[in-house]
Amino acid sequence: MSETAAILAQMVDRLFTDHVDAALLAAAAQGRWPSELWRLAEEQGLTTVLVPEARGGMGASFHEVCVIASVCGRHRVPVPLPETMAAGWLLAGAGLDVPAGPLSLGGANRDDDLRLQRAGTQWRLSGSAHRVPWGRMAGSLVLAVEQADALLIVRAPREGCTVDHGSNVAGECRDTLRFTDHPVEVGPWPAGAAGNPVMMIGALMRSGQMAGALADILERSVSYANDRKQFGRAIGKQQVIQQYLAVLAAEAAAVDVAAEAAFIAADAGNAEFLVAAAKTRAGTAVAPAVGIVHQVHGAIGFTLEHPLHWSTRRLMSWRSEFGSDRHWAVVLGRRILDLGADGFWPYLTAV
Amino acid sequence: MSAFRFEPSSLPAETATLRQEIRAFLAEFSADWTASARAQSWDGFDPQFSRQMGARGWIGMTWPKRYGGSERSALERYVVLEEMLFAGAPVSFHWIADRQSGPLLLRFGSERQRCDILPRIARGELCFCIGLSEPDAGSDVANIRTRARQVDGGWRVTGSKLWTTNAHRAQYMIGLFRTAGDPSDRHAELSQFLVDLSRPGITVRPIRDLSGGEHFNEVVFEDALLPADALIGRAGEGWQQAMAELAYERSGPERFLSSIRALIELIRVLGPEASEEAAALIGRLTAQLVTLRNMSISVAGMLEAKRDPAIEAAVVKDLGGSFEQSLPEVIQAFAGLDLDAERGSDLQQVMAHLTLVVPSFSLRGGTREILRGIIARGLGLR
Repeated sequence: MSETAAILAQMVDRLFTDHVDAALLAAAAQGRWPSELWRLAEEQGLTTVLVPEARGGMGASFHEVCVIASVCGRHRVPVPLPETMAAGWLLAGAGLDVPAGPLSLGGANRDDDLRLQRAGTQWRLSGSAHRVPWGRMAGSLVLAVEQADALLIVRAPREGCTVDHGSNVAGECRDTLRFTDHPVEVGPWPAGAAGNPVMMIGALMRSGQMAGALADILERSVSYANDRKQFGRAIGKQQVIQQYLAVLAAEAAAVDVAAEAAFIAADAGNAEFLVAAAKTRAGTAVAPAVGIVHQVHGAIGFTLEHPLHWSTRRLMSWRSEFGSDRHWAVVLGRRILDLGADGFWPYLTAV
Repeated sequence: MSAFRFEPSSLPAETATLRQEIRAFLAEFSADWTASARAQSWDGFDPQFSRQMGARGWIGMTWPKRYGGSERSALERYVVLEEMLFAGAPVSFHWIADRQSGPLLLRFGSERQRCDILPRIARGELCFCIGLSEPDAGSDVANIRTRARQVDGGWRVTGSKLWTTNAHRAQYMIGLFRTAGDPSDRHAELSQFLVDLSRPGITVRPIRDLSGGEHFNEVVFEDALLPADALIGRAGEGWQQAMAELAYERSGPERFLSSIRALIELIRVLGPEASEEAAALIGRLTAQLVTLRNMSISVAGMLEAKRDPAIEAAVVKDLGGSFEQSLPEVIQAFAGLDLDAERGSDLQQVMAHLTLVVPSFSLRGGTREILRGIIARGLGLR
């Protein structure tokens, strides 16, 4: 881990350890905005960590930011910090200003039908963005729209659009934003990059968060297995529990490695393949990992009172956000099939 | 908080040249390799091929030059391994010597052992086997009963080793024997020996596996005399010495590429116009493959940095073994093929072979349960 990454890790870990607890999570799940937590994150520069220094950000690399995404996942942070970091990077990359406050990402849901129209010098957005993370709280929505063979990054202020409240199965706000001839800012996305950058960076962030959530449930389960006694001894002394937790540890490690490789690739500008691999790998880990930790925790882990579900429900939800593992597996598979039996290995060993 | 961490590693740019050299070499030698021969993976045995690799400096390549090595990095060695495995090259003759026996001698062997043995391994002239398991010492390796008794002029060995891969065609074994005490002493009083298998009193009997292949053996020692200098390292420290090499054995690309030929042939059959369902299947397998590769490269990087990635290696072997074991099943569930090893298509022949042999993938080199026990201990359980 680089020095910057280590400092960032320590900083965010302390911030979230101090400010994210069961009460805050429960309040956030009722739709309450944790304004103090957000204020502190902003004050520490975390929201603009991916924005170049020249534009007022920290100018960190994706590799350095990997740890922030992971720690957000590990602490089940109920604010759109990963989305805001991503949105800042997209806006800056398109030459647009990055506003203060929470931001979110749109156009990443298969039901979205967003259209851009130009009237004179003013761009206008119409249509709906579905399941927008923290949409009701975000100052602006950032999305990518293809227009006449060019990819445009759009910043749509929330003010003036219609918001339908919704949530994912973890109780995180996932709202529908409807726009009608909505004035927006638009900037060009550099040509040549593959795929939709909003989908990609969203999937990248979720992969990092999922690695963090898996680390959290692993830690909780090991600790629970060492404490919980049945048949006169800690259940962690039973081979079957040890074997379950070893499987979980291996899954968590695989997702961590896959996510970190994707963040590293994002710095090199060739992220699509490894983001697809990371999100697919992370999604594949959800069912076995969640199954194991709930089995190890028994009935208590299935209660609303026990903190385990803050992580397991997020894993269930995140699996299909910014492209499900099925979605990214098809992207990955198509690429491999295009390369063919004799071409895919030279490609794999070169990415 | 985590008990282990896979520090990311990447292959240095200069490995690209090496990779091209290997591919050119393979293009020359692989012209008549059939798909089913390639599916043998690192069970494929060809002493001539091993000599060719040795001539190019691709065996023992990280070892000091004075012992016949090339002083190249663990990451360069990684590239050689994965290219050979992907091509399905017949590397079995030198595989164990390159991976384990050589590094063991380099670390614990006497100068004489090193000078005598290592250059010959590096030239691709020696095949090694590892005498670890016994009839009563399977997963419970510490229950070893085979004894080496110190006598005038050396050591007398009595007992038997079982499931010893390649013993029937190896010149040497690295054997773990009890030099004092009894099985109740467990890990203590065990010692490692360099065993010349041509010596009298040693009988090797191949055991055919369920696929009809002859890979593993029973090796019986009947008061066999080994010279005094056959001892490797220190008497009584054999267990620690043997365990020290397991990170090499457990993290390499052979722990997830053993079934790769089935994936290659499936991709060939599917072609670019395949269904979305097929693409999703290939994508899921690719995501696992790419991730395992990064994990394995990470361990190679840690070995290069002289760290001890024992738990990370167990994770790679456990996950990798599950992947290469599940690959034929996932393909079969998708494609429903008739398994035909003789008259089938390339994919059918490869699948016939792999379907038969994959049960061994979670047994060899430490069973899945043993590996998971190691991981669990690393997590702080027990």
